[in-house]
Amino acid sequence: MQRRLLLGQPQLAITIGRLCQELIENHDNFENSVILGLQPRGIFFAERIEARLREFIGKEIQIGHLDATFHRDDFRRRELPKRANETKIDFLIEDKRVILIDDVFYTGRSVRAALDAMTTFGRPEKVELLVLVERKYSRHVPIKPDYVGHHVNTIDTQKVLVEWEEQGLDDDNIWLINKED
Amino acid sequence: MQRQLSVKHLLGIKNLTAEDIELIFETAEEFKDVINRPIKKVPSLRDITIANVFFENSTRTKLSFELAEKRLSADVINFSSSGSSVKKGETLLDTVNNILAMKVDMVVMRHSSPGAPHFLSRHIEANIVNAGDGTHEHPTQALLDTFSIREKLGDIAGKKVVIVGDILHSRVALSNIFALQKMGAEVMVCGPITLLPKYISSLGVKVELDVRKALAWCDVANVLRIQLERQQIKYFPSLREYSLYYGINKKMLDGLDKEITVLHPGPINRGVELSSDVADSDQAIILDQVENGVAIRMAVLYLLASVSS
Repeated sequence: MQRRLLLGQPQLAITIGRLCQELIENHDNFENSVILGLQPRGIFFAERIEARLREFIGKEIQIGHLDATFHRDDFRRRELPKRANETKIDFLIEDKRVILIDDVFYTGRSVRAALDAMTTFGRPEKVELLVLVERKYSRHVPIKPDYVGHHVNTIDTQKVLVEWEEQGLDDDNIWLINKED
Repeated sequence: MQRQLSVKHLLGIKNLTAEDIELIFETAEEFKDVINRPIKKVPSLRDITIANVFFENSTRTKLSFELAEKRLSADVINFSSSGSSVKKGETLLDTVNNILAMKVDMVVMRHSSPGAPHFLSRHIEANIVNAGDGTHEHPTQALLDTFSIREKLGDIAGKKVVIVGDILHSRVALSNIFALQKMGAEVMVCGPITLLPKYISSLGVKVELDVRKALAWCDVANVLRIQLERQQIKYFPSLREYSLYYGINKKMLDGLDKEITVLHPGPINRGVELSSDVADSDQAIILDQVENGVAIRMAVLYLLASVSS
């Protein structure tokens, strides 16, 4: 399988640091801000962001896991259904500034489903979207991330694969793969 | 990791694999989370119409299915045989085909004849969920019972479960035996000899006539109702005598050297198979079973709907 490394461990650390600085610019002391990581792999990235932010600002930020499986618009249209994951939000998001975090932003449909799923936990004051990799020119819905770690031009036959140490792998790596190979 | 059921219809537990049951349980856990949120509804089945076709009386199963369907945003139509054309002589297949002509995607059916949903599954395209067929199977009840045991005890494998009461007429018993065995539990049945089917030991279950010995053996007791409506002849002298020999009360439970968990599929005949002090005690997880029933049925409908595509 042909694969190209988009981000390795050192670049990833720099990218996470930069994204955190951008968040700090907009959220001051994060008093009213919460983080929601999108299941399944966005949660690992969200936890990295939260950990780094904690280093910078010296306090914890509320973080939850959001699963949007039951809100997807491709149910019964996929060959295999998506497996549901745990939603774990131990706080109210009513009137909070929510930072929604996912690993790869592609068609925008997952984020649309996540916005829908999120409303069952209250009405946030504002929602921002932070993604690690944005695949350009592939949007199906008018949604755009506010913070982007890495832009990449891709075609439909390619896939961005994000590997996290938390999944039991040796290293963090973000690959661009040709699906046809 | 399995993402889809191996079956298109839920006709009985007998046709499911342990992986299917595990998938249903994992999905039900997420749905249990959903139904405990302020907004208890998800849009998954918004383009699906489900017919609840009940040829036999039901209160909680029908309510539970209907609630599960509505929580999944499905459109729901209800049919009960009383006051319908069934009374005018229509066949089962004709009745269901008429309902399906109205573009229904799934049928939840209860019928007094064992095998009715199996017969239907050979003739129609829609997914079928068996909500109880005579004395044969009641798969969603067994799934919710087993799920409730797992929730309470952490695991099913290696646990000892006794099913007490009218095993002969109980579809809950048969489905529970299949589900518990597939998940690795040891199963015992206990009741008057007249209410135990002759073949029962061929299913690999232990048989015990003395309820006290059964309770001393088990970790979990699933207590069934005496189904007087299915009994054409007398199987025991009187309800009072049944209650004396097989009724479970708090004193019996307190006399055991461990705390066992008590289940009952409802409706309870208080003072017959269970005394009130047991039914209302912390050892009984009867209301948890009812809550889990909605989550399990949501999971079953959701997973079956995804198989049809």
